[in-house]
Amino acid sequence: MSPELLTGLVVFVLASFVGFEVINKVPPTLHTPLMSGSNAISGIAVVGALLIAGTQDWNVTTSLGFFAVILATINVVGGFLVTDRMLQMFKKKEAK
Amino acid sequence: MNNTLLTGIELSYLVAAALFIVGLKKLGSPATARQGNVIAAVGMLIAIVATLIDQSIVSYELIIVGIVIGSLIGAVTAQKVAMTEMPQMVGIFNGVGGAASALVAVGEYWRLLDKGTNIGFDAVLIAILGILIGGVTFTGSILAFAKLQGLVSGSPVTFPFQQPFNASLLLAFLAGSVYLFIHPTSPEILLALVAISLVFGVMFVLPIGGGDMPVVISLLNSFSGVAASVVGFILYNNMLIIAGALVGASGLILTQIMCKAMNRSLTSVLFTAFGGETSGTGNGAT
Repeated sequence: MSPELLTGLVVFVLASFVGFEVINKVPPTLHTPLMSGSNAISGIAVVGALLIAGTQDWNVTTSLGFFAVILATINVVGGFLVTDRMLQMFKKKEAK
Repeated sequence: MNNTLLTGIELSYLVAAALFIVGLKKLGSPATARQGNVIAAVGMLIAIVATLIDQSIVSYELIIVGIVIGSLIGAVTAQKVAMTEMPQMVGIFNGVGGAASALVAVGEYWRLLDKGTNIGFDAVLIAILGILIGGVTFTGSILAFAKLQGLVSGSPVTFPFQQPFNASLLLAFLAGSVYLFIHPTSPEILLALVAISLVFGVMFVLPIGGGDMPVVISLLNSFSGVAASVVGFILYNNMLIIAGALVGASGLILTQIMCKAMNRSLTSVLFTAFGGETSGTGNGAT
């Protein structure tokens, strides 16, 4: 196992614990927005897509990267916007 | 490469990861949820800009076209979708995110194949994981979307020899993986693994009832987080690993909370159709 992989595993496990701790006692109305918001964060794969799409001349890797950029951007932009729309609706409901 | 620039990029990634944690935390409470979403979005923007500064990126045309197309599609669908269709919308966004992770895994593997360098055990292992998790997230989410949207029947689907079929799929995947470890330069095996992963996603969601789809989408959301994390392992990018692990873990907790709210256990949601019990029927859930 390479040192990079080992470091990555350490980071992964520690960040997982943070993820476990951050979420507790979420009221049911927030289940879908929270799911949607965290889904938008998982669109962070876009960073990986950008890195492989922009490295070299046109080839299989950059083509796959190109499609990955499109898909991940849909995930990011759509995810955050949809979450905001949902949360906006809750606010109006409470105001009534 | 310019050292100051590299440090700057790494620090920006650190800021982004911190903003994701704060954003997630705030998303869990009604008073701060909207603010939390904005904070997470700012984190994402910082991460993307920092990546674009990276000097390993030399051509921007493709990237800009991709970002514009993706942003347009994402923005338009997010504005048009009806409020009642939110869970399936999250499902489909989640699905494309998973697909993106799988594509990056395949793309990076292909780059190594093209280069003709020795592909080590680590690289093969990470690629296989990325393809499996990303692929399952993709087709699983698309099927969950189709079930909630009423495009396919929302009732649990079972067929004869389902479990033996799934078991043989699993065996085929394991066999393919072992082969790839021994002969890393076999693109056709890699593509076969992609295909099997896509079928896995379908087989995973098929036996689950439409009413349980929000829970399944939440679980698949957790998967897509792990998939993003795997991309981080592929590219040695700690920020990706952190963000993905955050979503993976918090998504798992959220899935459990959602099950409890429905007075169900996760195993009963995932496996009741196999036990012969029928779970809730489609439409109108949540």
